[in-house]
Amino acid sequence: MSLRIIVLAKQVPDTRNVGKDAMKEDGTINRAALPAIFNPEDLNALEQALRLKDTHPGSTVTLLTMGPGRAAEIIREGLYRGADGGYLLTDRAFAGADTLATSYALATAVRKIGAYDVIIGGRQAIDGDTAQVGPQVAEKLGLAQITYAEEILNVDEAQKKITVKRHIDGGVETVEGPLPIVITVNGSAAPCRPRNAKLVQKYKRALGQQERPAEVPYAELYEKRPYLNIQEWSVKDVDGDTAQCGLSGSPTKVKAIQNIVFQAKESKTLTGSDADVENLIVELLANHTIG
Amino acid sequence: MNNVFVYCELEGTTVADVSLELLTKGRKLANELGCQLEAIVAGSGLDGVEKQVLPYGVDKVHVFDAPGLFPYTTLPHASILINLFKEEKPQICLMGATVIGRDLGPRVSSALTSGLTADCTSLEIGSHEDKKAGKTYENLLYQIRPAFGGNIVATIINPEHRPQMATVREGVMKKEILDAKYQGEVIKHDVAKYVPETDYVVKVIDRHVEKAKHNLKGAPIVIAGGYGMGSKEGFDMLFELAKELHAEVGASRAAVDAGFCEHDRQIGQTGVTVRPKLYIACGISGQIQHIAGMQDAGIIISVNNDPNAPINTIADYVINGTVEEVIPKMIKYYKKNSK
Repeated sequence: MSLRIIVLAKQVPDTRNVGKDAMKEDGTINRAALPAIFNPEDLNALEQALRLKDTHPGSTVTLLTMGPGRAAEIIREGLYRGADGGYLLTDRAFAGADTLATSYALATAVRKIGAYDVIIGGRQAIDGDTAQVGPQVAEKLGLAQITYAEEILNVDEAQKKITVKRHIDGGVETVEGPLPIVITVNGSAAPCRPRNAKLVQKYKRALGQQERPAEVPYAELYEKRPYLNIQEWSVKDVDGDTAQCGLSGSPTKVKAIQNIVFQAKESKTLTGSDADVENLIVELLANHTIG
Repeated sequence: MNNVFVYCELEGTTVADVSLELLTKGRKLANELGCQLEAIVAGSGLDGVEKQVLPYGVDKVHVFDAPGLFPYTTLPHASILINLFKEEKPQICLMGATVIGRDLGPRVSSALTSGLTADCTSLEIGSHEDKKAGKTYENLLYQIRPAFGGNIVATIINPEHRPQMATVREGVMKKEILDAKYQGEVIKHDVAKYVPETDYVVKVIDRHVEKAKHNLKGAPIVIAGGYGMGSKEGFDMLFELAKELHAEVGASRAAVDAGFCEHDRQIGQTGVTVRPKLYIACGISGQIQHIAGMQDAGIIISVNNDPNAPINTIADYVINGTVEEVIPKMIKYYKKNSK
């Protein structure tokens, strides 16, 4: 017996390393200045999926991501680490999606993939921090969910049950759920294994359709080795309803965006000299701020 | 119909602080909208639970009391909300941005195809003009939150979909009893009518909840360290200063991510929100997510060797110096002058 595992992963701008040129002069975000990375918690999820594959021989790990053509990088990064394949959902109709429209798109793609036992993704993405897409995908597919997972402890394929250790506020909990199920994984879970050199060699030329230049070097390779073609899906390919995708499928709208400019208070600037620090401490003691 | 609802989270049979804070905020929103405030409580052994929530100005408490409803699992609680909302059609639903609220909220919003905004730092009522459609919406919930790694603050609205759902972290809103004798209606629902037996499919087999090791949230003085502390050892210095000042130690996300400090001490949008009378920020640059968790502090001191650190703009005192230099001096001169 083996497991069919789908990993939901997202390419995100690296908001943790925002440089000085990250905002344009007009106050909008300069996306070009932010490197695109594999969402960190999705890597934790990938690791849990790969561990299941290690312990349940014959299992398959399939990545599913949504984004522009360059998001094929997410699939490649998964292949380098031991995933078996992946799909990139890419279509202008998906653009501007909030979490609900995103989960609709992902759920329709999961249905298109067809058979699955475990759908696993990171708890949340660093560009939105909402943690909504996992539970919403579960709801759309009519599956149970286990969020904030720390570790998959056991999968009983005969009983179709999975045991997961998860974080709750102020503690931990061990829960048992049915298969198939949706799981979201915390950043504190085991880090993802590094790329495997042999797999990098095997897949480094894997490309999505949009990434392929007019004249691909080694063009014949892509016919001989079908695994080098990263499958792209449009709304139509997954039989999606465009009204439920992207901006039109999003109940939430952004009314206003405010660039961060802190209101300057009147502040006293001191040096780190003995006199300045002592005067400050004396002042705080005098007005009973510290006792 | 068309009221403000708050989902009340329970530990055992005690309503969580975050839910009481949201009831306080929900009461204000309901007053502004001229509607009622309703609370939902779901758990086991809930006799008299309404006494915990009514004083916050709740007009109606929906009690769902059944053996399988505590500890929380997703599906039964989701069914309660989804089916109750189909009957009651609330205009607003608030819940804590806790593990439970963030597990439950998206599930409910997906089933009702309503919008949900996570981790709001402010909620207001306002109008919206959709120029393209030539339509004006009155009395919408403005869901305000930092976005895009905290580089912007976004105001989110759901013009067409109800309920307008939002989650808010503990400590962001203030908890205030409205009237200890506030009279509200208590409705005990038949759980089986709302929750199919098949929902009890996920079982909690083991559970450990510990009381918090520290009182960061309630501490009058907070000393917080950032990435600029450089190491776990750097934080020892802060604990030493904290011991002298009877303060608690907090940390920025960057410091927690770098492993300098435990996760439960993280201050900011995705951590604890604090309102101390004194906040000493050490080696913290001041990303908006961090600011969101401490901006209501009485006095803010920033110790930073970068004079342009964003946190300096909200600080009352800026000490331009390295933490290694300044913190030991603070300890030294506190000891010298406090006696």
